[in-house]
Amino acid sequence: MGKTFAEKILAQKAGLAAVEPGQIVTVKPDLGMSHDNTAAIAKLFAKIGRKRVREPEKLVVILDHVVPAASVDYAQNHREIREFVREQGIRFYDVGRGVCHQVVVEEGLVGPGDLALGADSHTPTYGAVGAFSAGIGRSEMAAVWATGELWLKVPTTLRIELDGALPELVTPKDVILHVIGRLGADGALYRSVEFAGPLAGRMTVSDRMVIANMAAEMGAKNAFFAPDETTLSYLSARTDRTFAPVFPDPDAHYEGTVRFEVGELEPQVACPPDVDHVVPISEIAGKRVDQVVVGTCTNGRIEDLRLAAEVMAGRPVADGVRMLIVPASREVWLRAAEEGLLALFAEAGALVLNPGCGPCLGAHEGVLAAGEVCLATSNRNFRGRMGSPDAELYLGSPAVAAAAAATGKITDPRQLI
Amino acid sequence: MIVGRAWKYGDNVNTDVIFPGRYTYARMEPEEMAKHALEDLDPSFAREVKPGDVIVAGRNFGCGSSREQAATCLAAAGVGAVVAKGFARIFFRNAINSGLLVLEIPDAVDAIQSGDRVEIDTENGVLIHEGKRHPFPPLPDGVREILAAGGLIPYLRDRLAKEG
Ligand code: SF4
Repeated sequence: MGKTFAEKILAQKAGLAAVEPGQIVTVKPDLGMSHDNTAAIAKLFAKIGRKRVREPEKLVVILDHVVPAASVDYAQNHREIREFVREQGIRFYDVGRGVCHQVVVEEGLVGPGDLALGADSHTPTYGAVGAFSAGIGRSEMAAVWATGELWLKVPTTLRIELDGALPELVTPKDVILHVIGRLGADGALYRSVEFAGPLAGRMTVSDRMVIANMAAEMGAKNAFFAPDETTLSYLSARTDRTFAPVFPDPDAHYEGTVRFEVGELEPQVACPPDVDHVVPISEIAGKRVDQVVVGTCTNGRIEDLRLAAEVMAGRPVADGVRMLIVPASREVWLRAAEEGLLALFAEAGALVLNPGCGPCLGAHEGVLAAGEVCLATSNRNFRGRMGSPDAELYLGSPAVAAAAAATGKITDPRQLI
Repeated sequence: MIVGRAWKYGDNVNTDVIFPGRYTYARMEPEEMAKHALEDLDPSFAREVKPGDVIVAGRNFGCGSSREQAATCLAAAGVGAVVAKGFARIFFRNAINSGLLVLEIPDAVDAIQSGDRVEIDTENGVLIHEGKRHPFPPLPDGVREILAAGGLIPYLRDRLAKEG
């Protein structure tokens, strides 16, 4: 019987001929990524009793979560990280380069056939370029630094086929919110998810990143889009590396296959406090908002900013609303500046922030007060995620965010165009 | 043998309510983390939890972020075990790596109420509640070794010290 992507790549990285779901294997990752949590990992690493990381060339550290430092404590944390990476010779991107996941993909640090582990739950994002990538904890990253390897359980695989033409102003974000709403926040728990079907094949790398990023919100261990011309032309502009892509066998055994036809899909919104509490926008339209955020590793790319600008179409940000624009990386920031988008947002009354995670994790740059309502393009709407546990956080596409900013309430963007 | 009182919660208890994001990048020792355990879900928990107490919860416990403090803060608070219908993947790994016992025993979750006395016998793989025995499958060897060492870090320290 044929093998899935996860089964094939984990066998390869474990040096085995074949593996079965449920089997525990020891793999050697090609990339280990950590961010502002690197100082904490370094403390754990020191407790293991090693002085030097085993393979610094396979590691990357990117400061993005609370950048620039918002307090003395954060500043001290960043400082310790800078010292550590210098001492150890680890590749490093300092504050301002962008959100870790965006930077890893933009810099071409992963590609088809790679295995990446990240000390961050949205590491499955790199499946957009055909890698196997999964999130791990801090102790585990310390273990990777010390030994160059880690145990993983071989997951079963869920195949999700996407078909149909997306209606105007309906985006990959709406697709993945819809999928999570249907399958639930634990709908892909412990599983590998392969996205396939004609729509997946037509998607850009940016589109695929939105979907792979949010697969984490249904519990997936990793997400995968088969690498194709789109993937390779994206990467060839960014790295000289050659890749050895891994594909699932045509007769692979899946735990399940689910098909989604998106031809009639409405924009979708995830309502607090659960990511799988998803409704079509018509059911929640009219809800007042105090803050709107366009950005994060889910939807902070140039395509997202263009879409938000298109929906705003010169309208000002509504009275009483704060609109925050957070480009996911410096590259995106520069491109948006060149295209006049940043000026356009600022003229509309929005606040354009530095590249990074922005307010996504509720630590700085726009936290919410009790009773406030926010619509964000991010991936997580748990209680307290963006500040007060008594704030409400709704998730939607950049088009939905822009429509909310322009009208002061949750609004179907198709009514504005 | 673990003996304690149950603290019962629902489905999808996420890492933001177990250990809020506003503290994630603050530098804190485990004892300090324990003071914020479950802060946004049940403010009485951190004040009143006793060593050996057991958290009982529904599906997908620990979903959300990869923050290991969600497991570390519970271990540091003295929690003897988390018994749930299911765990989120990274939390499950973090718990074991922090030396925190995590068990999937759905029928026990249905039976136990907050405040009930719970006994867990890890040697024999059984949870005892109001005289009823709820067996659970033995932990894989690798996992047992990590838990016995008190977590992944002490486990690796011992292993690498032996390898020299
Ligand atoms: S943007 Fe948000 S979800 Fe993405 S890495 Fe940063 S904090 Fe995490």
